[in-house]
Amino acid sequence: MGEVMTKPEALDLDRMPVRDLNRRLQAAEPGDRFEVVNPLGRHSLAVGLTRPVEVTIRGHAGYYCAGMNDGGIVTVEGNAGTGLAENMMAGRVEVAGDASQSAGASGRGGLLVIRGNAAARCGISLKGLDIVVGGAVGHNSGFMAQAGTLVVCGDAEPGIGDSIYETRIYLRGTAKGLGADCIEKEMRPEHRQHLAGLLQAAGIDADPADFRRYGSARQLYRFKVANLGSY
Amino acid sequence: MCGIAGLFLKSEDLRPRLGALFSPMLREMSERGPDSAGVAVYRPAAADAPCKLSLYAADPAFDWEALASELGAAFGLAVRVERIASHAVVAVEGGEPAALRAWLLAERPEVRVMSAGRRLEIYKEVGRPAEVLERFAVPQMAGTHAIGHTRMATESAVTTEGAHPFNTGDDLCLVHNGSLSNHHQVKRRLQRTAGLRFQTENDSEVAAGYLTWRLSEGAGIAEALEAALKDLDGFYTFAVGTGEGFAVLRDPIACKPAVLAETDEWVAMASEFRAIARLPGVDTAKVWEPAPGQVYSWGRA
Repeated sequence: MGEVMTKPEALDLDRMPVRDLNRRLQAAEPGDRFEVVNPLGRHSLAVGLTRPVEVTIRGHAGYYCAGMNDGGIVTVEGNAGTGLAENMMAGRVEVAGDASQSAGASGRGGLLVIRGNAAARCGISLKGLDIVVGGAVGHNSGFMAQAGTLVVCGDAEPGIGDSIYETRIYLRGTAKGLGADCIEKEMRPEHRQHLAGLLQAAGIDADPADFRRYGSARQLYRFKVANLGSY
Repeated sequence: MCGIAGLFLKSEDLRPRLGALFSPMLREMSERGPDSAGVAVYRPAAADAPCKLSLYAADPAFDWEALASELGAAFGLAVRVERIASHAVVAVEGGEPAALRAWLLAERPEVRVMSAGRRLEIYKEVGRPAEVLERFAVPQMAGTHAIGHTRMATESAVTTEGAHPFNTGDDLCLVHNGSLSNHHQVKRRLQRTAGLRFQTENDSEVAAGYLTWRLSEGAGIAEALEAALKDLDGFYTFAVGTGEGFAVLRDPIACKPAVLAETDEWVAMASEFRAIARLPGVDTAKVWEPAPGQVYSWGRA
């Protein structure tokens, strides 16, 4: 006895400029559904959404897709360019393919799922967003990440967690070199439970027992009162 | 910021449409580099084809016929010349590209040698990419592969000479997005130890010269680029063409973007996917971001 699902409204980027697309999406009512056709790698698609509207991008997206998302549910059926879901506040962004550099940068909340690989600096300066990557991440992922979670089902290129604050990193594959002040930490039951919840939310079938946890050694950022005289 | 686009055709059937397929790719990169643009086009040619030079003169009234007869007389060879906007393509039957280049650099400093080889032609100009492409009738060109660049100058002046691609040795060309930090040092070394001549103050010309030197030492283009990873310092995404090959390299930090796409018919490279988005068969192409510090090459590169 579910609600009758209406067909999503199609928005064709060969017929409308990106600005009009974003105006239409930002003005939509909660629960409205859209499909964006002919994205063709255009930049800034579905940015600044403040309501739970569903947007499916049928193809590859360019730079800054779903940027500043605050509640929107955005799915990219192809790859996404640099700065995917940058500064996300809430909602869900999912990419079926790969994401380029700086995916989820500075994100504060919500869930970002990348089914393929993410390039360098994934989750840089993370501030509370949860990121689940089905594949590998590029170098310096989680750089200066402050809060939130970075889950990586594949390998991590060198420098993961460099200068990290309080973000949790769960890694299934191999870290090809940890960043400064990033260390492996014990995977306790509460971490396995946390990870299991994220994997389930992301729809990724993986066993939390196969992951290792990494975080901050808290040697780099912590202010020590004994050093007061040096300032 | 700069924009790069490259298209390497595997299928002979597409060759007549090289310019038509490639031009929209470069146009799409206009926002990344609106101040000048350039294209390198590789034509199919036999190994004993006439030597070919793309030349440029700032003077719109430059007498190319006179230059052709002077060149012919100096070498005792038959020279044909075809003027194309501010450029001219000079074909020399039985000539050696390196010898002709050296003569022009020494004897006719008012002429810039944009390219020398047997297959390669380079056209570049200040102006919007769409205008530059039309000026040289690039959409009508046939060929095996093409590499282009849209420039937003950071390291040297906005001039025709400073536009990319750069050619420094037979049929080799390079385009560059980024900036090198040790190009003065590398340039001095190449001038001193390899006797290379440079025509501009541009850092990217030094990168092209470096590859020319490595190739002259017997390296293939993939080996030359592996060596460049050690010897060139700075930010770069390079796209490189040779007579029968095409290669791509990003620096190990990978600040500068690149996307590759491949089908059975073609290999395409661009700064951004949108340049590739309308190529035929792209929906089923393998699309990926080249890994930092990894050399990718196709053909007899």
